[in-house]
Amino acid sequence: MGEVVVLSGKGGTGKTSIVASFAALAQSKVLADCDVDAADLYLLLRPQVKKQDEFWSGQAAFIDKEKCTECGLCQELCRFGAIEDYRVDQVSCEGCGLCSQVCPVGAITMQPCMAGHWFISDTRYGTLVHARLGIAQENSGKLVTLVRNNAKLVAEQQQLDYIVSDGPPGIGCPAIASLSGASMALLVTEPTLSGIHDLERVLGLCRYFGIPALVCINKYDLNEENSRHIENYCHDQGIEVAAKVPFDNVVTEAIVHGLPVVEYSGNKVAQKIGELWEIVSGKLDGTGGRDANL
Amino acid sequence: MVISVASGKGGTGKTLVAVSLALSLCDERQVQLLDCDVEEPNDHIFVHSATSQTEPVLIPVPKVDETRCTCCGKCAEVCAYNAIAVIKQKVLVFPELCHGCGACSYLCPESAIAEEGKEIGVVERGESGNMELIQGRLVIGELMAPPIIRQVKKHINPASEVIIDVPPGTSCPVVEAVKASDFCLLVTEPTPFGLNDLSLAVEVVRKLQIPCGVVINRVGVGDKKIEDYCDEEGISILLKIPLDKKIAMLYSNGIPLVEGMPEWRNAFVELFEDIKQIASAGVAK
Repeated sequence: MGEVVVLSGKGGTGKTSIVASFAALAQSKVLADCDVDAADLYLLLRPQVKKQDEFWSGQAAFIDKEKCTECGLCQELCRFGAIEDYRVDQVSCEGCGLCSQVCPVGAITMQPCMAGHWFISDTRYGTLVHARLGIAQENSGKLVTLVRNNAKLVAEQQQLDYIVSDGPPGIGCPAIASLSGASMALLVTEPTLSGIHDLERVLGLCRYFGIPALVCINKYDLNEENSRHIENYCHDQGIEVAAKVPFDNVVTEAIVHGLPVVEYSGNKVAQKIGELWEIVSGKLDGTGGRDANL
Repeated sequence: MVISVASGKGGTGKTLVAVSLALSLCDERQVQLLDCDVEEPNDHIFVHSATSQTEPVLIPVPKVDETRCTCCGKCAEVCAYNAIAVIKQKVLVFPELCHGCGACSYLCPESAIAEEGKEIGVVERGESGNMELIQGRLVIGELMAPPIIRQVKKHINPASEVIIDVPPGTSCPVVEAVKASDFCLLVTEPTPFGLNDLSLAVEVVRKLQIPCGVVINRVGVGDKKIEDYCDEEGISILLKIPLDKKIAMLYSNGIPLVEGMPEWRNAFVELFEDIKQIASAGVAK
């Protein structure tokens, strides 16, 4: 079983459009939406939820006003500025529990937080594991891990060849939770200076965790000079540019119609994404579609 | 006034809007532009202010004095993040999991735990004219953005107009960046993805009780559902930016919209005036 996670560093480069197309192209796979903060894949895959569960994670402090003597020790020791006027700001509280440990009259209790939901769903492309983090909640990394573990379980039970994961933007906690231990990362970038800067950082993250990476330049023809710069950079780094996908309004139109772009159109964009999946699945099979240092 | 620029979805144009707004105001005012997208900070690509000051962001992680430690296990018991464990008469610390709360150190009965700073990022400051750029940058491989965002925001000068570029998403880094701002500008695009993530972002700002308004970017392709949503929710659409290859080209080359197309400057000054008006009226319903 091979697991590819699609990352980008910068948001909005086209991760979800590509993953949805892979969903339509790949045969034996389970899909995982690891962008639990702002999950969009379900809008294209239209899942029928089969199993739903709550995600309990972390805890938050509550002060019993009746017992509190307003000694102020909790406020003094809280490193997160979460206690003011003997009240806990639930958004700032990181659930460390120091206040409840030190309260001399036992007025502070820690209560577990319901931080979101996760789902196993049927789609017309196969099983999708996805989640929704509660608004302004913490621990998105743990929810990502939960999604990935369940996707792995589904892949084992159904004897599937691939796990295809839509990753979050950034390089912090949820991106790391999406990436660590995956077979490979597909990095989707765009020919903007921001895209290049962010690609360099997410590639650094792949190196840090020892995950092989492939690059896809999306909307490459919006700035061909920058695209050449990315190709040269990847060449110097020994990273394969597996696809250059042109800009086309059909990508947006497909989203508006709620379809993967490869099902909405048969044009150049769809062709290129098709070729990209051949390369990605070839690598996941371990046969290698092309020379790794192309 | 502190204005945060957020979106839920990535790549909708937060940086474009934040930079253009800051540059449009700095002719007549002192402006601070805070890049709180510390995982992928991009404002520095558009605002060329030589970094004059760099400070590390440290979080206090436990350092165990083994000569005093009795391996009683109290530290591991009180750590909510599993960042410290006692195994076979040895204390193991996992610094990447530590939130720096200080519980282990404070509660150790032998006073065997001191704390040492671990660098998880930097804050860089630079000025050009009336504009000060302050950006945070997470070290690659580190998990936690919020402490860096907190340190960036410590530099807020209340006498300046402050524009905060917020990371995408709806979880802790977004809350940390948006918290305590006077107004939150939500940048979206007219697609189902844009709408879905806008509605999540609106829930965040409502939870934080911060008034908000919307900028729609890349108008021209996509649908009209953002307008309908804003209408139903009573949220003002303050600016529309068309889908335009010239705008995309400027962005791709790191040129701020209001420099490459100065005719946009007025629109951003007016946007600021509109924001002031809404913010002074208090939290929108």
